[in-house]
Formats: sequence, C-alpha cells, structure tokens
Amino acid sequence: MSHSAPRYAADAGEVEAITKALGKDMLALDHANGEIVVHVKRGELLDCMMQLRDTCDYQQLMEIAGVDWPDRDPRFEIVYCLLSLTKNNRIRVHVETNEDQPVPSVTGIWPVAGWLEREVFDMYGVLFEGNTDLRRILTDYGFTGHPQRKDFPLTGYVELRYSEEHKRVMYEPVTLAQDFRSFDFMSPWEGADYILPGDEKGAQK
Amino acid sequence: MSLTKEIAPTTGDQVIENYTINFGPQHPSAHGVLRLVMELDGEIVERLDPHIGLLHRGTEKLIEHKTYLQALPYFDRLDYASPLAMEYSYVLAIEKLLDLQVPLRAQYLRVFFAELTRISNHVLNLAHHIMDVGAMTPPLWMYEAREDCLNFFERASGARMHCALFRPGGLHQDVPLRLLADIGDWLDDRMPRLFEEALKLVVDNRIFKQRNVDIGIVSKEDAVKWGFSGPMIRAAGIPWDLRKSQPYDVYGLMEFDVPVGTKGDCYDRFMVRVEEVRQSMRIMKQCLRDMPEGPIASDDRKIVPPKRAEMKSSMEALIHHFKLYTEGFKVPAGSVYVATESPKGEFGVYLVSDGTNKPYRCKIRPTAFSHLQAMDFMTRGHMLADTTAILGALDIVFGECDR
Repeated sequence: MSHSAPRYAADAGEVEAITKALGKDMLALDHANGEIVVHVKRGELLDCMMQLRDTCDYQQLMEIAGVDWPDRDPRFEIVYCLLSLTKNNRIRVHVETNEDQPVPSVTGIWPVAGWLEREVFDMYGVLFEGNTDLRRILTDYGFTGHPQRKDFPLTGYVELRYSEEHKRVMYEPVTLAQDFRSFDFMSPWEGADYILPGDEKGAQK
Repeated sequence: MSLTKEIAPTTGDQVIENYTINFGPQHPSAHGVLRLVMELDGEIVERLDPHIGLLHRGTEKLIEHKTYLQALPYFDRLDYASPLAMEYSYVLAIEKLLDLQVPLRAQYLRVFFAELTRISNHVLNLAHHIMDVGAMTPPLWMYEAREDCLNFFERASGARMHCALFRPGGLHQDVPLRLLADIGDWLDDRMPRLFEEALKLVVDNRIFKQRNVDIGIVSKEDAVKWGFSGPMIRAAGIPWDLRKSQPYDVYGLMEFDVPVGTKGDCYDRFMVRVEEVRQSMRIMKQCLRDMPEGPIASDDRKIVPPKRAEMKSSMEALIHHFKLYTEGFKVPAGSVYVATESPKGEFGVYLVSDGTNKPYRCKIRPTAFSHLQAMDFMTRGHMLADTTAILGALDIVFGECDR
C-alpha cells in the first residue's frame, strides 16, 4: 500500500460474507484497487440491496453514478456506492441496463436515492421503475437530450442569449467560431488501430 | 368571539387555501442560485420543492474531454468556498489508480491547507448563518478571519480562491517558510481572538437561540437514510468523520476530537462547525510542529513535471515537461471511488479510467445533493422564516451542488 488515499477495511472476509448474502443474484465480484465491486442482476437489484443493507450492514447510499459504454450491450452501467458506518467499509454495486429497460428504484430502501436517480435519468435517460418523481434535475426546464451520453456533443445543440429585440432569453442553434478539436494521443508506434493520415497506401499492404 | 380553533386563516367569509411561493432564485439568503417552490398555509411551510441546476456548467462532461491535469482546476470551481478540499478527493483518486506514493512533506502540507480551507469555509458558513437569522456584526468580524485565510492561499499558490495547489503526486510548489511562520502566529493569536470574539455575540444570544434551537431536527435514523455526511451527520449524534475512520495522507497521525451534536437541530449544526474550526486549528498546529523537510511532490517524472531550473540543463526534463503538458500522463484502466471529508461532508469522486490520458468518466459526489434533498422534510411544519435558518445550517454552495 503506497498511495495515501482513504484507508478502510476492504478485506477478504468481507468478500465471502457478501458472496454468501447475495447468493446467485450476484453475477461477479471484483476486488481491484482495494475496493469491492459487486455486479448484480438488474431484476434482483432490490433484493440484493436489502440484503446488503440489512445482512451486511451497508446502511448508507452515498452515490449513484451512471457510466455510458456505447460499444457495450446493454449500454449503461449504474453504479451504487454504499457505505457501512459500523464496519467502516465501502462497496460498489454495478447494474447494467439499456435506455428502454428500467432499473428498479431503490427509493424505498434509501429515500436519498430520489434525487440521485433523477440525476442519472437526466444525464443518461435511464428509467427507474418505482421512482415517483422522475423529473429532470440539473438541466434547464424543457431541455431535450441526455448530456452525459458519449454521443452528446460537448458543446450541446443550443445556446442561450438575451435578445434585446425580443426582450427575452432565446435559444439558438450553437454556432462555433472554430471547429471543435479533439486531439488523438495514441502513439502510432504502440499499435494505433487506425490509418495514419498520409499513410493510406501503407495500411493496405 | 368564538373560542373554536380556526382551521385556516380567513378574511371575512373567504377561506384562504394554501398558496405557493417562489423563494429565489435570486435571494440573498438562498446562498447562490436556489429556487425553492414552497407551499404555504399562512406562514407555515407545508411542502418545499428545491429546484436546482441553475448553476449547472457540465463540469463532468468537460472533464471527460480534458487530460487529468487539465481537469484539476474544474474542482476548485465546484465548491468555491472550500476549493482545496475539492481538489483533494480528485488527486487522491488519481493517486489511488496510479498507486503513487506521495512524499511526507507533501502529505503534511496537503493536510495543513485542507484544514485551512475548512476554517475558511466554516467561518464563511457560520457568518452567513448568523446573518440569515438577523445579526450583522459577527459576520463582519468573521469575514476578517476569512480574508486572512484567502491571503494565505494567495501567498501559497498565487490565487485567492482557485488555488490548483494540490497535484497528482503532491503539490504544485513548496510554500515559503515565512508563510508557515505567519500562519503559526495567526493561529496562536489573531484567529482565536477574532473567532471567539465574534462567537461571544451569538452563541448565548437569546434571539440567536430562539431562531435555531429545535429548528429542523434530524434524527440519527433520518441522517443515515438520507445519506448525510460531515457536520450534518455529526450534529445528528453520529460520530462519523472520514478523517478519523478512513484516514488519508497523515490524518492518521493527527490528534483531534470529533464534535457531536445531541439534538440534531440547527443550533447543533452551528456548534459542531464552531468546534470543528477549533479542532482544525489544533491539526494545523500539529502539522507545523511535525512537518519534515523534503520534496513536495513525487519524483516520478512520468507523472510529476520537473522543476523549471532542471529544464534549463537537462534534455530529459525538457521532454518530460513537454509530454506532460501536451499529452499528459496515462492512468491504468480501472475505477475507484475516493471520498474525503470536505468541510461540508463526504465529497467523493468516482473515477473511471480506460487507460488513456483522459478520464473516461468522473462522477462527482456533491455533499449538497443529499442535504438539500432532505430540506423538504426538515422544513415541513416550520415557519417561513425558519427556512433561512435551516438553509444556512445546511451549508450549501451551488457550484458543487449543480456542478
């Protein structure tokens, strides 16, 4: 252990206890970077969470994060960060889903999940079944699209300005003074899997 | 005149129904851009719906398009009342993914400045809380202490607020000895004097107590269920402090007490923060006493850029500098969730790396999200004027809440 990030007890005994508590609802368990990560079935999420809260003593839900993997199927990964105040331990629970397959809401287990799920819905368009207040939370009233998806452009689609002429704030399509630049830092000597500009003939060989 | 209790306030024969008002988004005690939609029965709050996101700047999306080092200044701009505490989680998350060791002096300096940040944050929040419930003089006196903190930040990093001082692997630069001496003097004399004098005016003040005691009570069970952290969970009576229970850097070597509330009301939250300022001063003094000499950043040249002087004579240093400031460093694939005790509570960073020089996903866990969400049940049944006291004691900054 050489880094100085927060130290807590993510030990092997905990892995066994969680494996036992979750049984066959658990798909996989990683123990990397000193953190325990549990992958569970989407349909059994509520049972797993109840088990983790009541049997394994993970009393607090600290965070729900979404991750978008466009190449994967199902595309979205929902990450629940749990904290045990009594055992001084943290675990993460991962669930996979698509935009048309709702995830069961954990608002019945932790009321704090209400806004956290709203945020994931706002940012990724993932639906939560059982969340009674699934409105957008961070984006503007009347916003369309889900900005954290990887296919949503960094600049967005619309920009806002106050129009002196109309005496109100107006939405307009984004105009960029300069094209959006994204540099590629793959080293051509370390197996970049694309054709180098100017080397089109070389790649055909 | 009948003695039967009125069901609703009336004007003549007309019964007034509940009405809804907007609190904010531009209101001096909304602490930024908060819009509260409140349903009132007379002056009693029946329901409260916070509308947030007015300061949403897409920080997480921007970070995905920046290298690890370029993303760092965005963290200063999250909770602009305690910028260094925001950087702290991020640099620790990167170091955890890289498994990078940080020299001891850097660890001490980071703890030292994180605690100075805690003082400046708490002083600001206490001042605003006092101002929200009607006092004027103590905030002005406390602002003097905060001004001192900002001057120290400026002397350490060149910036009063957005320091960008913590870097993966250590700090950006060492601090002058004179600065440490001055902060030591300030801790011994000026700071306790300013702080205690300002507090003397409010802590036992009858009006202040009437506005705060028994307002917005949160039980232990509610605090756990609603994901509270930091002073909010401690005020509810749970002795939980990440600096104690999950020590990072040299917090494990520090001696300090964790204040705990007894009732979980606004007054408890205020007093927990007051005591935390005193404990922070204690930690800072220990840092000054024990801080060793030595390097302030890791010597891993693939991650930490070389010093300017070195670049003048060493070709390799020049190459490293160029590579680090154009391409940046690559972080091994993996994901970590790192949470530190920011002045406002648990500030976490869930960092996913795909092995390139940019974070694949950087989810920021703001403290304000869970606290503000709980405001609905905390405010129900209280008077309209109590919302400002409750909001003040929540300690919310919208840069962090909306990201």
